[in-house]
Amino acid sequence: MKIAITSGKGGTGKTTISTMLAYSLDNPQYIDCDAEEPNGHLFLKPKIEKTIPYTELVPQINEDICTFCGKCADACAYKALVVMGEPLKKTMFFDELCHSCGACAYVCPVEGALIEVPKRVGEIRVGKAGHIDFVMGLLDVGQASATQLIATLKREYMDDSKTVILDSPPGTSCTVVETIDGVDFVILVAEPTPFGLSDLKLSVELVRDMGLNFGIIVNKHEEDNGLIEDYAQQESIPILYRLPFSKDIAKSYSNGALPFEKYKNDFKGVIKQIEERI
Amino acid sequence: MSKELVIISGKGGTGKTTLTSSLAYVMKDKIIVDADADAANMYILTSPKLKHKELFKGNPKAVIDVNKCVNCDLCRKLCRFDAIHINPDGNYYVDEVKCDSCELCKIACPAEAITMKEVYSGEWYESETPFGLMVHAKLYPGAENSGNLVTMVKHRAHVISEEQDIPYILVDGSPGIGCPVISTISGANFVVVVSEPTPAGLHDLERVKRLCDSFKVKSGVVVNKYDLNEEKTRQIEEFAKKEGMEVLGRIPFDECVPKAIVNLQIPYEACESVKRAVDEIYARVMEKL
Repeated sequence: MKIAITSGKGGTGKTTISTMLAYSLDNPQYIDCDAEEPNGHLFLKPKIEKTIPYTELVPQINEDICTFCGKCADACAYKALVVMGEPLKKTMFFDELCHSCGACAYVCPVEGALIEVPKRVGEIRVGKAGHIDFVMGLLDVGQASATQLIATLKREYMDDSKTVILDSPPGTSCTVVETIDGVDFVILVAEPTPFGLSDLKLSVELVRDMGLNFGIIVNKHEEDNGLIEDYAQQESIPILYRLPFSKDIAKSYSNGALPFEKYKNDFKGVIKQIEERI
Repeated sequence: MSKELVIISGKGGTGKTTLTSSLAYVMKDKIIVDADADAANMYILTSPKLKHKELFKGNPKAVIDVNKCVNCDLCRKLCRFDAIHINPDGNYYVDEVKCDSCELCKIACPAEAITMKEVYSGEWYESETPFGLMVHAKLYPGAENSGNLVTMVKHRAHVISEEQDIPYILVDGSPGIGCPVISTISGANFVVVVSEPTPAGLHDLERVKRLCDSFKVKSGVVVNKYDLNEEKTRQIEEFAKKEGMEVLGRIPFDECVPKAIVNLQIPYEACESVKRAVDEIYARVMEKL
């Protein structure tokens, strides 16, 4: 079973919920897909066993044999290549614009003039946090997109024999789509504020578009605040759990610890509900 | 040329919009930009009156004409974005969300069955608010290209500021360090990073600081809810000083803030503690601009 945890708004408690959920499972794998700002390791404190550099292919030009025909630059939809013919005879590559699609290498008519070489974009860390198998992606600072890194995490590191918890980036753009694509269930974490509600609606639009099974967990829940409750009822979306607003959790969070044991049974209950729904 | 002040955070939910809306309240002669097109929130507190709306064109997506397709499978093999699939009828199709618009499939297709189709990936708006003009945007859920949309709204704000001689642009950014954030900080005169006294707050601040450095943008830090963990607050401020980042101020934890937001009030207007803190932060920021 694969469960992704996401939210429209940042800072609503995705990592809190994801790590608590992973802790409560018997056979879990936790994958931190928020490669821009991964935080799960701060709370799970895994022992990292392997760190694997993550690379993407970029073109390398051999100007000795390049004929400066310009086909690679014409093929590049991202304008990452510029070719200057006679008399300058130069092919310039701007790696920050490259999306590693391979079009330039495909069209190059001279063998060996343009080859693809790996460029480091980030890294993948694999380890164990108690009984939890731990995987995280970490995008290097200055790199534009973690989408392909997330795709690699899911393709090469996801263990189908485990219950997989995917901790997603916030928002509704391409990195989130990559994370939640193909999972069995999506948990949308929302906080009962006008910001939280506004961003939750965007997330709901996205998961419905993608045809995914989903439910809501309200974080920082307060009894007298029905902002999320009313919306969920109106839209017939199940609320799986309400994690109360508590200074306890805020304090322990700020010290890099979460009360995993205390909420273990609650989250076992959440898993049960999800199993019934898929 | 007007000066651009950008508010970002690395980690989400640290209080970017709390600070930006409060600065919008005190700052005179500026245009507001909500660059968090993925989860725009400034409109909630600023009750904008829409003046102008435009659609935003994303990159074109590949489409396969099944009548021309010869099922050679070349496009599916070549696509590095896993965007080409075969439906139960045996026809090839492109998953628009996964398509990265590289056009390799179109270039390679021996049957010329693939064309690129224009798509809209969002909208952007110009609105009147009680605190001045606001340029904001909405990215359609699942769309890419938020970096380009951010560049677009910032550019629009600069055009208006030139025309109307408005000296400042105040930008609310998005969380993370990826393409929308890179677009948000490039060209900024000063970046304020809103952090929180938690390990995640510090961890994400370090990454955002390196991002600012690599784009040669000066930055400063504000610790929000600083009194939740004063030890962590000190660590954050020490990190900032060591890294040549300006320590701009602290905002206390005050239950008045979430209440204000629930009541759709700007925290500066509703909470005395925020007003005091933001007045100081504002004075320091203006010296830096």
